[in-house]
Amino acid sequence: MPNTSLWGWGRTAPTLANVVPVRSAADLTAALAAAGPRGVIARGLGRSYGDPAQNAGGTVLDMTGLNRIHSVDADSGRVVVDAGVSLDTLMRAALPFGLWLPVLPGTRQVTIGGAIGADIHGKAHHVVGSFGNHVESLELVTADGRAHTLTPADDLFWATVGGMGLTGVVVRATLVLHHVETAYFTVDTEQIGSLDELMAAQSVDDDKYAETVSWFDAVSTGARFGRGLLMRANHATLDELPPKLRRDPLRFDAPQLLTVPDVFPPGLLNKLTGRLFSELWYRKSPTRHGAIQNITQFLHPLDILGEWNRGYGPRGFLQYQFVVPLERGDVVRGVLERMHAHGQVSALNVLKRFGEGNRAPLSFPRPGWTLCVDIPVNDGLGALCDELDQLVLDAGGRHYLAKESRTTPEAIRRGYPRLDEWRKVRDAADPTGVFTSDMSRRLELTH
Amino acid sequence: MIDAVGNPQSVLVLGGTSEIGLAVVEAFASDRPLRVVLAARRSDRLDAAQARLEKLGCAVETVEFDAAAPETHTEVVRAAFAGGDIDVALVAFGLLGDNEVAWTDVDAAVQLAQVNYTAAVSVGVALGKRMTEQGHGSIVALSSVAGERARRSNFVYGSTKAGMDAFYSGLTEALRPAGVHVTVVRPGFVHTRMTEGLSPAPLSTTPEAVAAIVVDAVRNRRELVWAPGPLRYVMSALRHVPRPLFRRLPV
Repeated sequence: MPNTSLWGWGRTAPTLANVVPVRSAADLTAALAAAGPRGVIARGLGRSYGDPAQNAGGTVLDMTGLNRIHSVDADSGRVVVDAGVSLDTLMRAALPFGLWLPVLPGTRQVTIGGAIGADIHGKAHHVVGSFGNHVESLELVTADGRAHTLTPADDLFWATVGGMGLTGVVVRATLVLHHVETAYFTVDTEQIGSLDELMAAQSVDDDKYAETVSWFDAVSTGARFGRGLLMRANHATLDELPPKLRRDPLRFDAPQLLTVPDVFPPGLLNKLTGRLFSELWYRKSPTRHGAIQNITQFLHPLDILGEWNRGYGPRGFLQYQFVVPLERGDVVRGVLERMHAHGQVSALNVLKRFGEGNRAPLSFPRPGWTLCVDIPVNDGLGALCDELDQLVLDAGGRHYLAKESRTTPEAIRRGYPRLDEWRKVRDAADPTGVFTSDMSRRLELTH
Repeated sequence: MIDAVGNPQSVLVLGGTSEIGLAVVEAFASDRPLRVVLAARRSDRLDAAQARLEKLGCAVETVEFDAAAPETHTEVVRAAFAGGDIDVALVAFGLLGDNEVAWTDVDAAVQLAQVNYTAAVSVGVALGKRMTEQGHGSIVALSSVAGERARRSNFVYGSTKAGMDAFYSGLTEALRPAGVHVTVVRPGFVHTRMTEGLSPAPLSTTPEAVAAIVVDAVRNRRELVWAPGPLRYVMSALRHVPRPLFRRLPV
């Protein structure tokens, strides 16, 4: 019987499922054989914002116990890992060999299985693409309990990449990591006074940097509307490090200072605190070139706080992330203007220019602008997001399923024109529809 | 599934021609079209309700439901869930009756008790079971302020609502561990067919206003709401008025 209440990182729509820990191949086979009419979905560290790793009334496989790193080959960069290994664990293991995970999202608390299922991306997307591009092969257990070794030559491989766990259960993967001399970045930060200039600056010489991202202020109005920071970095070489860091250049320098307690009242993020945060965030980073920063400073500032999602209060929050084609950068401004008109406050606004997408039918990235805003759930939010959907879809854009928690099946059909192609491959691998999730029910991804 | 901002995708109305029930569906559907199951006896009113909701873009199914036949209720609820998960189920049927007839005529009294209490309990049991199986969902029970303290002028109806209110308040607790939310709604005087011709009590309201309160309650997972809201304080005071004084009050 369902016994555990599960929700996503946004803490918005909990449902009850029967959680089964998977620590071995035998556990997995047994769980699949015992699956009831409400099906099965795998879950990693629960960092998706919405409901893809929930399965109301059905089985949810806790994959975090399947967590062995089988091998690391320092020369070729090849690593063989179980699906439940987190990016954090893998980075800590690989860095001493001078190996670097080319795709790192805004947090390292993501499993390999989740990274493949959502085909995650990071600040290096314009150079290295998304996670699936770095998977050499993966082992997928399908609904019949059989294990398949898949490579990029297989359609099922690309249906699994970005397939939100609906093709089967990834149990192991072979990844190819990059070589680095140090664990540090040389960072160029520019304070830029307006959104248009921010986007223009990002369009010029992005390809000179391995990692680029921008943050902007969506709270302040008037002349400061859309002012922001453009942060771009390359991996620091050994010579670039100050002597003190040079002694241990591959040190994993990523502290967690404190865990946010679960006591925040609703409405803590409002116009006042949002403005204060925006002001501080903007001021903390004056224009500066060539600064040496560690992993947390540059890539994962939020990982300093454990469980930071609690800060949004009891109704939770959502991240609205979309991509629109490069020529429709105007949608970014349109979205901000709608948010202003609705009086909604987002303090964390991340804007990035994507490079080429990959072959996966449900992979999110495509060449274009991707914007991500965080908004605490309140009464007018649904109506605002429905309006934003129209802007995004009319511009030929789409939503990121790892963040999605409230749109319609129609919006996904429009945003992902290859959905039917994906379904065909999925249905062949899972003809009786064993793999199902709250998200797949809500967005009618499966039948 | 109910999404992150509280939009349901499917709603079941037991008492499918209830004006408050339909107003709730319309309030949800004004944001997004829904799959709707109307459970009621076959009638022109049911056809009209179906047509009205279809105009709003809803996909509507109907299921034959007779509140006075509790032995059929498990099957009615099963049929209502046959087309897929139900995110929100409204228990919206009931009879007002004529109080002076009801407390002097056995058949009339028993009919009120069966429809308003027994049937509410039997569908509540069936809904609880289905929603526990699906691992999510929200049940909304339309109670009444008449059940909070029985009045001489309306005590038979009030007693049935007191019973169903107590049942659903308990069900709220029983289903909490199953991840199923129950909301008890206590409207005051609502201008509907049921109250046509009666002189409205103070703080009277409309089906649309009750619907707005229900939608908010479902979205925020509230367990007990009054419609209109201030009735909560009025009823809280009235409950403690001494009997000699209470019987003289024009309520």
